[in-house]
Amino acid sequence: MLAYIVRRLLYAIPILIGVNLITFALFFVVNTPDDMARMQLGVKRVTPEAMARWKAERGYDKPLFVNPAASGTGVLSETIFFEKSACMFVGDFGRAEDGRDIAREIGQRMGPSLAIALPTFVLGLFVAIAVALTLAFFRASALDFWGVVLCVALMSISGLFYIIGGQYLVAKIWKLVPISGYGEGLDAWRFLILPVAIGVVSGIGSSARWYRSIFLEEVGKDYVRTARAKGLSETVVFSRHILKNALIPILTGVVVVIPLLFMGSLLSESFFGIPGLGSYTIDAINAQDFAVVRAMVFIGSLLYIVGLILTDLSYTLVDPRIRFS
Amino acid sequence: MPFQIVVLWSDLLVWLLFASALGFALLVRRSPPLRSAWRRVGARRSGMAAATVLLCFALVGLLDSLHYRLRLPAATEPAGGSKASAQYAVEVLSLLDALAAPLRTRNEKTYSAPFATRLLAKETREVAGVGTVREQPRLKHGGAHLGENETELAADVGFTAFRYAALGFLGWALLTLALLSGLRRCAADWGTTSESWQQMVLAPEVKAKSQVFTVDREPGQKSELPGAWALLRGAAGGAGGAAGGGLAWDAVLAVLLLLALLLPPLFALAGDYHVFGTDKVGQDVLYQVLKSIRTGLIIGLVTTLVMLPLAVLLGIAAGYFRGWVDDLIQYLYTVLNSIPGVLLIAAAVLMMQVVIDTHPQWFSTAAERADLRLLALCFILGITSWTGLCRLLRGETLKLRELEYIQAAQAFGVSHARIIGRHILPNLMHIVVIALVMDFSGLVLAEAVLSYVGIGVDPTMTSFGTMINNARLELGREPVVWWSLAAAFATMFVLVLAANLFADAVRDAFDPRMQ
Repeated sequence: MLAYIVRRLLYAIPILIGVNLITFALFFVVNTPDDMARMQLGVKRVTPEAMARWKAERGYDKPLFVNPAASGTGVLSETIFFEKSACMFVGDFGRAEDGRDIAREIGQRMGPSLAIALPTFVLGLFVAIAVALTLAFFRASALDFWGVVLCVALMSISGLFYIIGGQYLVAKIWKLVPISGYGEGLDAWRFLILPVAIGVVSGIGSSARWYRSIFLEEVGKDYVRTARAKGLSETVVFSRHILKNALIPILTGVVVVIPLLFMGSLLSESFFGIPGLGSYTIDAINAQDFAVVRAMVFIGSLLYIVGLILTDLSYTLVDPRIRFS
Repeated sequence: MPFQIVVLWSDLLVWLLFASALGFALLVRRSPPLRSAWRRVGARRSGMAAATVLLCFALVGLLDSLHYRLRLPAATEPAGGSKASAQYAVEVLSLLDALAAPLRTRNEKTYSAPFATRLLAKETREVAGVGTVREQPRLKHGGAHLGENETELAADVGFTAFRYAALGFLGWALLTLALLSGLRRCAADWGTTSESWQQMVLAPEVKAKSQVFTVDREPGQKSELPGAWALLRGAAGGAGGAAGGGLAWDAVLAVLLLLALLLPPLFALAGDYHVFGTDKVGQDVLYQVLKSIRTGLIIGLVTTLVMLPLAVLLGIAAGYFRGWVDDLIQYLYTVLNSIPGVLLIAAAVLMMQVVIDTHPQWFSTAAERADLRLLALCFILGITSWTGLCRLLRGETLKLRELEYIQAAQAFGVSHARIIGRHILPNLMHIVVIALVMDFSGLVLAEAVLSYVGIGVDPTMTSFGTMINNARLELGREPVVWWSLAAAFATMFVLVLAANLFADAVRDAFDPRMQ
C-alpha cells in the first residue's frame, strides 16, 4: 500500500515537470519578456529604459535556460526557468504585479474558497443522488420522463444565467441576502447561502441525469433479481442493495474533484465578491498578471494529480478485486 | 463589380464543414449499417424536432458566412475616362447583414424597451411657449410609422402579427401537403419491402418473399397504403422492426408549425419596431442575437475540426501500438488534463492577445483580426479538449485489437495502416460521432463564460458572451434593462437545448449498449 502510494507520487513528478514546461513555453517562449513589458507598461510609457527597469524588477532580464555570465551552479539557477518555474516546487511563487507575495495571498484565500466550494459539492452530490434515486425508482413513469426532460432543460441553461438571475431575484428583488461581500466567522453564512444554492441548482441537471443512468444499470443486474425473488419490497431493494452498489461508481467518480475544491469556483466568487482563489484568478486574468496565472496553473495541476491518486486509492478500497500493482 | 468578395478564414472553414457534412451524408446513404443507425435517430421525435431547430440555426450561420465589402461611390469621376481603382468600404458585411439591413442600420440613441416608441431615459427639451419639458423622447425608427397615433401601437402590433402568422400557417399547410404526397409516393414505390439491412443480410428468403409480393401489386393501389397519420408518425416506410420504421415527420411538422407562427410575425414587426429592444448604444438586440449565432456555431464546430484529428490519431496509435508509443501519448494527455481547463485556456489566450497586440500589421481590417482571434480560440479549445475522446478511443482500440478478425488480419500480414483504416476506424466511428454531438453544446456554453471572463472572442465580435458581458450591469439600473440579457440567454438556451436533445438521440441510436 505505502509502496504503491510512493510510486504514484513519484510518477506525478514527471507530469508536473511537463505542466511546468508547457506553461513556461506559453509564458516565456511564445512571447518574450519584452512583449510582456510592453503590454504592462501600456503604449504611452514604453521607453527602452522603462522596459529594462520593469524586467529587472521582476527578474525577467535573465536568460531563459542557461546563464553563461554566472558562476558555479548559478549557470542554471540564475535563469528565468529556474527562478520562475523550478522554484514553484518548493512553494515559492514570486510576487504579483502589485508587489504582494503570491504564496501568502493563496494561503489567505483558500479559506473563503473552501467555505463556498465544499458545501456546494456536498449538498450538490446529496441532492443529485436523491433526485436520481427518485427518478430511477419511478422509472418509465410520467414522473421519470418529465424529470429527465427537466434535467436536460436545466443542463441547457448557461451557468451565467443561474448566477445573474439568482442574484437579481433573491438579493435584489426579494432582498433576502446581501448582494455580495464576505464576512468572517459565523456571520459568513448570510453571504454564502445564495452562491451555494445557485451552485447546487446549476449542477443538478447533468449530474442527476448521469447518476440516474448508473442506477438504471444496476437495476437490471442479477443480485437485484435475487433480492426481488426473496420477496423483498421494491423500497428495500432500492435502499439496501441498489443504492449501495450504485454509490461505488458515483463516489469514485467524484473523488477526483475534491482536491480542486481548494481552487474555489471562478464565476460565483467574482460575482458575489468572495475573496477566494477563484476571484483571485479572474482578477489576475483581467489584469494580465502572468505571475499569478502561472502560480494558479501549477497549484491546479498539483491538486488534480492528487485527485487522480485519491481516485485510484478509493477504487482499491471499495473494490477488493483490484490489487495494488 | 459593386462589391468585393471577402473570404475570411472562418468562412472557408464553415463551408468546408458544410461540404464535409454533405459528404458524410452521402457516405451514410451508401453504407447500410450507418443508414440504419441514422434512421434510428430519425425515428426519435425529440431528435427530429431538435434537428429541425438546429438546421434553422445552421442556415443563419451559413448566410452570415458569405462576406463582402461594398464599393464606395467614387468621389469624383476622373476625366478622360481612365477609371481610378475602385475604393471599397472598410466594413465587412455578410449576406445576413444585407438581409437584415433595416435591423443593422436603424440605430437609436440609447436604451429602449421591446416594442417601445420612446427611449427609456427621460430628456429635457425646450417646447415653444411651455418652457422646458422632461419626457421620454420618441425613437427615430421604432414605431415611427405610427406618427402621432402612439396609442394604436397595440392594435398595429397585434394586427401585423396576426396577418403574418396566418401567412406562415398557410405556407406550413402547403408544405405539409407536399410532404405528405412525397411520402405517399415513396411508400407506394417501396411497397412493404423492408428497408432494414439486417433483414436483407440475415434473412434473404424473407426479402425474396416480399419482393414477390410487391411484384404482384398494381402500382398506385391505395388500399394497402398506410394512412397519412401513420406515414407522418414514421410507422410506415419500411416494416423493418430492428432498424425502426420511417422518420418522425410529425415532430418536424410540429416544430415547423411553431416556427411558421412565430418567425414571420417577428421579422415583419422587426421592420417597424425593435422587437427585442435596443442596447446601450442603440443597436437592435435582435440583430445582435442573429449575429451571435454564427459565432456560437463556429466555436462549437471548428473546435471539433482541431480536436478530432488529434484524438483519433493519437488514441488509435496508443491503443494499437502499445509499448512506448502508448506511454508517451498517455503522458501527453495526462499532462494536458492536469492543467485546469479554464487556466490553460486563459494562459494561451493571454499569450495570443500579446501576439496580436504586438503585430497589428498582420490584419487589414478589424473583421480579420476578430476572425483570426476567433479561430485561435477554437484552436486553443481544441488543443485543451481532445484528451477525453483520446482516452476513450485508446481503451476501445485496446479491446478491438484483441478480436479474432484483427488477429487474423495481422497473421495474414495486412499492413498496420490498412488494419487501422479498414477494421479499427469504422468500429470506432460511433464513439467519435457521439463525442462530437455531445461536445457541441458544452462548447457553446463555454464560449459565453470565457467571453465573460475576458478570454473569449474579440470584444468587437458579437457573440452571446460579449452580449452578456456588455449587459452585465444593466440589471442594476433603474428602470431595469432586462431585454439584452433575456434575448441572449433565451437564444442560447434554445440552441443548446436543441443540441442536447439531438445529442441524446444520436447517442441512443449509436451506442451499442443501448440495443
